[in-house]
Amino acid sequence: MNKINVSVFIDRENKNKKLGLDSSSIVADLLKELKINPVTVIVSRNNELILEDEKLKNNDEIRILSVISGG
Amino acid sequence: MNCCNEKPIIGIYSGEKLCKNHFTEYFENKIFKTIRQFELLDKDENLGVALSGGKDSLTVLHILNKLSQQNPKIRVNAIAIDEGIAGYRDKTLETAKEFCEKNNIKFHVFSYKEEFGLTLDEMLKILDVKPCSICGIFRRYLLNKKSKELRFTKLATGHNLDDEAQSIMMNQMKNNLAASARLGPKTGLIENDKFVQRIKPLYFCTEKEVMTYAFTNGLLDDFNECPNAVHSFRAQVRDMLNEMENKFPGTKYPIVNSFLETLPLLKQQYNFDAIKVCIKCNEPSANDVCNACVYIEKLQRVVAN
Repeated sequence: MNKINVSVFIDRENKNKKLGLDSSSIVADLLKELKINPVTVIVSRNNELILEDEKLKNNDEIRILSVISGG
Repeated sequence: MNCCNEKPIIGIYSGEKLCKNHFTEYFENKIFKTIRQFELLDKDENLGVALSGGKDSLTVLHILNKLSQQNPKIRVNAIAIDEGIAGYRDKTLETAKEFCEKNNIKFHVFSYKEEFGLTLDEMLKILDVKPCSICGIFRRYLLNKKSKELRFTKLATGHNLDDEAQSIMMNQMKNNLAASARLGPKTGLIENDKFVQRIKPLYFCTEKEVMTYAFTNGLLDDFNECPNAVHSFRAQVRDMLNEMENKFPGTKYPIVNSFLETLPLLKQQYNFDAIKVCIKCNEPSANDVCNACVYIEKLQRVVAN
């Protein structure tokens, strides 16, 4: 199966990660791979919010923002 | 089901997926409906908004400020508490200050250091206490005291549906229904001149909805999390509820809605007439001496030794 490469910034961890995923992957698959509960985040691509059923593309730059209150 | 042909940015409780414009309309209408339904605002208000610089308080201030621009009899001020948590509160207060300057909102800041003589970081070095417990007591104490001094008619906070569901569950687990009697969209068991009544306009907004609104309205700064909150009991309950929400979407709404049905009974049971005034500071208290004064005395004893 073809693979795509996705770059992810996770704001809560202040970390960038690069992942190789199946070409049919959607946002939900990415969150599952990262073990992130979708209830706790919003996800953006090119500064636009995308839903969990959004298909990912090769070289996507994804930002995952935690919705949890800071305290 | 999508709301229209525009790209959806969020799925809501009903299962509908909303675009940016329809979500903004849905979110703001939900808040205005909460304000009307629970009579959170009177026609004339000198409102304080508790501002931390996080997404919830910035969102509630942004919306109440919008309301104030349409209705000049609703005057909006921001009040912040600087607990003295290095590397955290200094950053969020900077965001809060910038927001108020940009939007021409009066911004009042009070610190633990000035009011109690020590920062929270310093207190935690000398007292063996749970950080969120002492911090919450001092923060609520100062917010109420300073809101009275500033003659705020009400104090709006950024508490959302997730916060309320967590508080309800925490109180159940601790068998503390008296604390639950003080929850709800408008807190304070009866009107009392010792308390500035608190209102929660975001009461029916999930944390994800608030974050989505803050993101699409450019209210967000970098992510900041209080270093003390990470291991708190609330954080454990929050994670549990989010796991449930993921497995059974829509779990949090029924927790809050069923609680609201029982709230009038709780208010009857835990009658506010029993509230006293602290003999030391004259602030409202459940006991002869309020919790803030108990901690202040403990701190003074440790510092003196």
